[in-house]
Amino acid sequence: MIDLYRSQRAMRNMRRAALQRGVIAILDIGTSKIACLILRFDGPAELADDGVGPMAGQSTFRVIGAATTRSRGVRFGEIAVMAETERAVRTAVQAAQKMANVRVDHVIACFAGAEPRSYGLAGEIELEDGVVTEQDVARALAACDMPDLGQGREVLHAHPVNFALDHRTGLGDPRGQIGNRLATDMHLLSVDGAVVQNILHCIQRCDLELAGLASSAYVAGMGSLVEDEQELGAACIDMGGGSTGLSIFIKKHMIYSDAVRMGGDHVTSDISKGLMVPMAVAERIKTKHGGVHATGMDDREMIEVGGDSGDWEKDRRQISRTELIGIMRPRVEEILEEVRDRLEAAGFDHLPSQQVVLTGGASQIPGLDGLASRILGQRVRLGRPLRVQGLPQAATGPAFSAAVGLSLFAAHPQDEWWDFEIPTERHPARSLKRVVRWFKDNW
Amino acid sequence: MQPMSAPRRHAPTAALRRDPAPTKWAYRMQRLWLTPLFRFGFRFGLPVVLLAGTVALVLVDEGRRAAITATVDDLRTQFQNRPEFMVNLVSVEGASPELADAVRARLNLTLPLSSFDIDLVAAQARIQELDAVERADLMVRAGGILEVQVTERVPAVLWRTEFTVEMLDATGHRVASLAARGDRPDLPLIAGEGADAATPEALALISAAEPILPRLRGLVRVGERRWDLVLDRDQRILLPADRPVQALERLIALDQAQDLLGRDVLTVDLRISHRPVLRMAANALNQRRAAQGLLTSGSEL
Repeated sequence: MIDLYRSQRAMRNMRRAALQRGVIAILDIGTSKIACLILRFDGPAELADDGVGPMAGQSTFRVIGAATTRSRGVRFGEIAVMAETERAVRTAVQAAQKMANVRVDHVIACFAGAEPRSYGLAGEIELEDGVVTEQDVARALAACDMPDLGQGREVLHAHPVNFALDHRTGLGDPRGQIGNRLATDMHLLSVDGAVVQNILHCIQRCDLELAGLASSAYVAGMGSLVEDEQELGAACIDMGGGSTGLSIFIKKHMIYSDAVRMGGDHVTSDISKGLMVPMAVAERIKTKHGGVHATGMDDREMIEVGGDSGDWEKDRRQISRTELIGIMRPRVEEILEEVRDRLEAAGFDHLPSQQVVLTGGASQIPGLDGLASRILGQRVRLGRPLRVQGLPQAATGPAFSAAVGLSLFAAHPQDEWWDFEIPTERHPARSLKRVVRWFKDNW
Repeated sequence: MQPMSAPRRHAPTAALRRDPAPTKWAYRMQRLWLTPLFRFGFRFGLPVVLLAGTVALVLVDEGRRAAITATVDDLRTQFQNRPEFMVNLVSVEGASPELADAVRARLNLTLPLSSFDIDLVAAQARIQELDAVERADLMVRAGGILEVQVTERVPAVLWRTEFTVEMLDATGHRVASLAARGDRPDLPLIAGEGADAATPEALALISAAEPILPRLRGLVRVGERRWDLVLDRDQRILLPADRPVQALERLIALDQAQDLLGRDVLTVDLRISHRPVLRMAANALNQRRAAQGLLTSGSEL
């Protein structure tokens, strides 16, 4: 536990150093694309002409470089072939550096896979002298009983979500308040340690230093949920290429996150198998003609499938759009149903607001919102990332909500467990304080 | 109709084709190139070092250094000695013929000479060292002419010293010597040690002494402090050190009213302004005593 604490703190310090230097890179390692944004931090900007002021802190930085490249060697949001992924990361970083004309050394990365698992923890302590101090908060966090994460799993996020002080719950910052008993609720997200190690190694091999690591579902929620949705409760469903992440937010904290290991690539592969075409052709057909809701018009819209076989009959095949929808729709439904099961398991039904926001590259299928509202409930909308200064037009689509959310995360990270002080009991260097306390307690 | 040739098929290696990506070294070089310090060093530091190194290597040999110096000197001399830059003639304007000769002698140029070799400022200083020259303007004109525009000093007074007679201009600067005072009878005469330094005052006195000018013999500086006005018949007017012109004007007014200077007076002492003192000649004194009825026979005074 202490090891994790140190490594996370080291990353946090590196992030602070990067902010001091003013330039940091954002790396979204996805299954279908790798996006790299380069941010420059130069203080808050003045109000723009259209009257849009700082909303979520996105005015403190500016995107000066952006590049994306086709991902290779990544499956289900996890690195499968190290060398290929390294080449893809190098391509993206180099192009972004070229656009920004600066060299970046620090990178904050997010990834979708690694089987995230959410845990809700609770901790409770008796206060010593009636007033909550920073030490007391740290002790309360340390008092949370650690669940058994399983073999080789590591903690990625640990957010203190709520503090309660003598039956007064819902406190954001209990410091300085008076009470007897401090309780805390913490949300902990664990991931597969080997995947994290792979990403660390891959980024090191690109001569970069990792200044932060985040779950893709979490940052996609930060990037695409608007403020009231984050406050009142909403689920963000980030439909990526290889995996679909979902995160539930309430009171501006993530309280649950999970991932379904299915995404847009599976739809493509279904088309590829169903029509007997290569993946590239299937991807083109999907993006150009895809849909999930067939109408009578679609029976008449014929799509050239094409082929390279040399056989005239095979190369001149045509299918109707209805057939294509018939291939795509079951898979999309399967993904959404899986998501619904996960949301139900997380108790999303009991939240005051049932807002669902679909984002990610695969959410661009026409008619997806209609299908999703039949499966996930009525309040479904398609989310796009927040407006960020300097972001190129090409990178404002829903496929970039994780990258934009990661930028916001870099600018304004939420307090995590390791941002608080180490409690005195665990700190070997503070034994003198313990001696003093022992004397206080006994005399 | 179906074409007979089969459609062109893609190479079977298409599946093996990898996406383009920078090599590790290209990536590293780009990052290195984006490092500001390295960039500066490569763009400025390296060329400077290379250039300095080359120059140092070339110049380290004594013979090569000498050869370079000789070549440069040779080129320079060739350029400077082009006929366009040669000065063949010195024309002195605004000076009397004697002074023009003196100026030419002072210039001391062996013509023809390149205009690059003439130090005009030094030449001007040399010419202005001549007492008779108030100001000299030197200019190299087209056609190889060095024009010297001389403003001569105009003599205003003569200053008689123990051995010589000097001509001074209005500021008291020496112009030239005279063999005899009679060479310039038109100029007034001053004498005495330090008289040249007070020449403007002397000129003011002389212009104030206009009514008695025919009788004026000259001015004598006494003790480098005040002036004596010397008239014919050895009459002297002793002027005060301060405001001598006013004292002189008062005396002239007195003279015009009472013909003071026409009488047998040796000196008029105006040094104390409120008490002018007269010194009379012996005869006049005796006459005055006789008129007063005093016995004067046998007395020298």
